[in-house]
Amino acid sequence: MANNTKDGGFIANLGKIYGMYTGGFVAFVIVLAILEQLGVSNQVIGYLFVFLTIGVYALIGILSRTAEMGEYYVAGRKVPALYNGMATGSDWMSAASFIGMAGTLYLSGYDGLAFVLGWTGGYLLVSILLAPYLRKFGQFTVPDFLGARYGGNVARFVGVIVLISASFAYVTAQIFGVGIIASRFLGISFEIAVFVGLAGILVCSMLGGMRAVTWTQVAQYIILIIAYLIPVIILSAKVTGVPIPQLMYGQAIEKIQALEPTLGVVKGHTATFANAKGEMNFTDGLNFFALIFCLMVGTAALPHILMRYFTTPSVRDARKSVAWSLFFIFLLYFTAPSYAAFAKLEVYQNVIGTSIDQLPAWVQSWGEIGLVGTCDRPDAAVRYALCQGVTGNNDGILQLSEFRIHTDAIVLATPEIAGLPYVIAGLVAAGGLAAALSTADGLLLAIANALSHDIYYRMIDPHAPTKRRLILSRVLLVGVAIVAAFTAAQKPSTILAMVAWAFSIAASGLFPALVMGIWWKRTSNAGAIAGMIAGYGVCVFYLVMTQFYGMPLWFGVKNISCGLFGIPAAFIVTYVVSLMTPAPSKEMQDFIDSIRIPKGEVKLARAEDAIAH
Amino acid sequence: MSDLSPDKARAYWARTSGLMWTMLGIWFFFGFVIHIFAPQLNGIKFLGFPLGFYMAAQGSLIAFVVSLFWFASKQNSIDEEFGVAEDE
Repeated sequence: MANNTKDGGFIANLGKIYGMYTGGFVAFVIVLAILEQLGVSNQVIGYLFVFLTIGVYALIGILSRTAEMGEYYVAGRKVPALYNGMATGSDWMSAASFIGMAGTLYLSGYDGLAFVLGWTGGYLLVSILLAPYLRKFGQFTVPDFLGARYGGNVARFVGVIVLISASFAYVTAQIFGVGIIASRFLGISFEIAVFVGLAGILVCSMLGGMRAVTWTQVAQYIILIIAYLIPVIILSAKVTGVPIPQLMYGQAIEKIQALEPTLGVVKGHTATFANAKGEMNFTDGLNFFALIFCLMVGTAALPHILMRYFTTPSVRDARKSVAWSLFFIFLLYFTAPSYAAFAKLEVYQNVIGTSIDQLPAWVQSWGEIGLVGTCDRPDAAVRYALCQGVTGNNDGILQLSEFRIHTDAIVLATPEIAGLPYVIAGLVAAGGLAAALSTADGLLLAIANALSHDIYYRMIDPHAPTKRRLILSRVLLVGVAIVAAFTAAQKPSTILAMVAWAFSIAASGLFPALVMGIWWKRTSNAGAIAGMIAGYGVCVFYLVMTQFYGMPLWFGVKNISCGLFGIPAAFIVTYVVSLMTPAPSKEMQDFIDSIRIPKGEVKLARAEDAIAH
Repeated sequence: MSDLSPDKARAYWARTSGLMWTMLGIWFFFGFVIHIFAPQLNGIKFLGFPLGFYMAAQGSLIAFVVSLFWFASKQNSIDEEFGVAEDE
């Protein structure tokens, strides 16, 4: 009981606690800025940023330790909608969103907006089709729902397979991201940095499960959004005089468009559905929309996102919480294109056409660590890895065709482009680290819970005592994390390419079974299981065959969008097989009725699906 | 749905489904339909942005956020009207 009152106080004071935390963080940044002016070295500032932020997350993780099932798996179901929205925001936004997306938008212009649309619009599907009903169902994991709705362990097991396929490559990429950031700012080797990151991830999640992950994710959201907005706000103020980059980059785009013809750009920044030559065509248009579709449906099927809505106090809060989640994600995603536009304008105005010995300082410094390449001289590839395969004309002036930039450089170099002190670069690193750590935590918990709760407790030993289940959850969490870290330390290019596949895999394997289970009572056990296998099978077949065995693309659809085939396949198979098999029992119909309505008990069709706390 | 008569339950689900389809319509329009016209919209300028680009970078996103808050309150008022909202 004492625990409850303490917790009640904590929840009631969330605004105050996180307000003080935010103020403390701002003060910390100001202190570091003063230290920098006093001559403290960049290296020390980098260390302070990385270790102090990880230290705070660790402290929250330790304070949130718990030995209760409900707290460990669903944070006691008392996370208010607004805070769950923040936690979902950082759970969702990965290293790729924080560091990579602006770079993608820089390099591909309008095409890159498919990611911006796809990674936001999916929340509409989460809210209208799934989250409120899964919350009412009210157990611990997404496979729990599949098991209860589709007659037990076969459906549950297929769900777990899809979940792990979609999440494992994804978590590996997050740990890889942590390693990159930590090694760059701490000056240690990548392999060691990966394990530093691993410690940071585990200390947040191991002792307190979902409860600890929730409260660290809120803290991580605050840091990542401050870190993302500050540099580009200052840059916008410098370039345009107004500190609202999201409105002002329209001017930058106008100037970019005016410069493009003189620089010989064939595919403009705002060119729609165009190939590399700038010609509009059907295949590029199809791929744009196919990617949006797969990312949206995938968003609504990724278990580490859906399980966040198991933690709200009510169905009503689950809906509100999805809206808040999207708002907090929107703050970053509608800013990303402004990074791309301002960076591009800087490059077009001050880098291209400049003589090699007068390039801006940021080009030099990021060139040294391999994120920028100036390839005018014939031997440029010796100094700049990015210049591989580029032949410069050696005229002493940098032409557009001689300039190479890595996608990560856009966000990382912006503080320097804006002429800001190193402390802001450290802030950006802390933000990137927060983004990668929070996503890794959510994914690891989703995988470990699927193994400990769904496989061990539900399928192997339903009578296991609470204590053993909790110990096993933690052992599995550490185990999965170590396997992922070892994989990441090998820098496996295939694994990194597979991250983008997670969305299509989850979309094809899980979305149809989840949606039809709630919205179509006639969906039978056999229908759903066959549908999941068909969707997952079609998607993985297309991915593997086109990626590794040279199978030609179907209708020119890139394999990242294999969900375009997998999702309809799953829906059709589920529908047809359901009609060929007997309708679900009266008890199952009552169960569906009971989760469709916020009020009242959930009427499980089979008593053994009930959860023992 | 403890005290809900079958008729009322059916009416509730019809209203809820209706709202679901409305929202799916909004999703489909701002997620896909409007962007089909991006090449034409790009001819129009808005704060310096070509409008087609603006819709994909910001316009649709704002519509998504606003519609989700609207949905949450709308569904809540349906729940209250039918007396099926959770009491806390």
